[in-house]
Amino acid sequence: MAKVVAVTGNEAVANALRQVNPDVCGIYPITPQTDMMQRYASYISNGKVDTEAILVESEHSSMSACIGASAAGGRVVTATSSQGLALMWEMLHIASGDRLPIIMPVVNRALSAPLNIHGDHSDAMGCRDTGWIQIWSENGQEAYDNTIQAFRVGEHMDIRLPVMVCMDGFIISHSIERMEYLEDDEVKKFVGPFKNLFPLLDLEKPKSYGPLILTDLYHEYKKAQHEVMLKVKDVVLEVAKDFEKMSGRKYGLFETYRLEDADIAIVILNSAAGTTKDVVDELRDKGIKAGLLKPRLFRPFPYEEMAEALKNARAVCVMDRSDSFGGYGPLFMEVSSALYQLKNRPALINKIYGLGGRDYLPSHGEMVFNELAEIAAGGKIKAYKEYIGVRE
Amino acid sequence: MSATLEIRWHGRGGQGTVTAAKVLADACLSGGRHVQAFPEYGPERAGAPLRAYNRVSSKELRMHCPVMNPDVVTVVDATLLDSINVAEGAKEGTAFVVNSPRDPKEIRQKLKIGPSNKVYTVDATRIALDCFGRAMPNSPMLGALCKVTGLVSLENLLEDVRKSFGKKFAQKVIDGNLEATRRGFEEVKEG
Repeated sequence: MAKVVAVTGNEAVANALRQVNPDVCGIYPITPQTDMMQRYASYISNGKVDTEAILVESEHSSMSACIGASAAGGRVVTATSSQGLALMWEMLHIASGDRLPIIMPVVNRALSAPLNIHGDHSDAMGCRDTGWIQIWSENGQEAYDNTIQAFRVGEHMDIRLPVMVCMDGFIISHSIERMEYLEDDEVKKFVGPFKNLFPLLDLEKPKSYGPLILTDLYHEYKKAQHEVMLKVKDVVLEVAKDFEKMSGRKYGLFETYRLEDADIAIVILNSAAGTTKDVVDELRDKGIKAGLLKPRLFRPFPYEEMAEALKNARAVCVMDRSDSFGGYGPLFMEVSSALYQLKNRPALINKIYGLGGRDYLPSHGEMVFNELAEIAAGGKIKAYKEYIGVRE
Repeated sequence: MSATLEIRWHGRGGQGTVTAAKVLADACLSGGRHVQAFPEYGPERAGAPLRAYNRVSSKELRMHCPVMNPDVVTVVDATLLDSINVAEGAKEGTAFVVNSPRDPKEIRQKLKIGPSNKVYTVDATRIALDCFGRAMPNSPMLGALCKVTGLVSLENLLEDVRKSFGKKFAQKVIDGNLEATRRGFEEVKEG
């Protein structure tokens, strides 16, 4: 039986981790993740889990400890945000290159400078090329559900890759919302016992991780990493199907909202997608065919499926809560690549919104849809990329 | 009550405003309702003005942004009336619940609002001092808000105050807060 609660995103994800009860957790605090790891540390101190906590002096050390523990043969988690994720950067490549299924909630926060503790997607987007699977979440419920599913995806014997589960800092991590918890034994059964693959601590069969490979085979090694990523989509869908059977909640590679017959559409990640759905409903009430696509699996990116979902729209805006300065927003670049393969493509524009926690309001969504309606009616595109919600 | 009720709280750091918004969210969970409670995060300092928000709805709440046009504005610290515009974004019918010993009519004059807006006052700081000896007006404000909105029964609210305060405080403090919540409910005045 599901339990209905009113909790924060951080609390929900900490509870998901408690229900899974991993072997090892690397812990280092950073706003807005702190409260999640603090709660998990309490579970450890109070004997609610038998996880071994590794308290470290930096996130670089935290990821290093997780890599060691995972290679040794444990089920391993950690969590971070912003500068913490940035500091982990070189170790992230080692986790994925060594094919270690470490699970890491990322509470998305802006990057310095200037110093800012609020929610945007710069941190996770900055490590999209690190070889980690990335799953994004609109609200606390999704962050909780995605965290549970992440274990099954990352630890799948055909995959064995680390997974980041992203949610918006403060907007979700610190907001209380109604959601449903699964029972502890349901989660345990769903995730299953950890299966080892080449553990270092198997002393009968010694092995080494991360040896030197030069021009002879490095290229092939990386090709193998790319190929395993191609299998992830199917596993994500298979796990989602099982999850739906248990919880009644449906997940896919992305979510579409009133998109099937939409003339104009917004592609947008995480919490702002919820706000935009309300705007879509208002426009639909006025007879305007607006729709939305919210990516869930960002790495690997479902290019063909997304192109298929968006192909009938006449104008699409991809909204990014991070920027690649001097380039387009990272989500735009992916959607643009996906749509290029179509013979007939929607017109495509990019808006940058909400950096450093700047509020994304329904009026912003409305403004973007109005511009898309003009473009769909044959109007000229004024700017391919533009910052919105800027103070004058 | 419309399908979604939106509340904006104005308080100062250290008055328990954020806790009050959380307790309200918990209390409103009953009957399958959807709830949100979230503060506006800035540097957290005792005495600094802060806002917190609630949404309560029979429908799933997908909006993830501050409440711009509240149905109810709750002012936990009346000194804020002189420094910020608590009526910002108020609409037809927005109700104001203010912690003040003064008559609601006096507060109304300060607020510059229309005839469709109701104003309620409750001497929440006095009640808190009477009941548990500290100037923490959040529990009587919750009682008053509960009376004004009819969101939950007093019994439900008291149960959630008991649960929420029970985690942190001694029995004497819990009993004081329960009494303060009840008095806030009973003593709030409309004008």
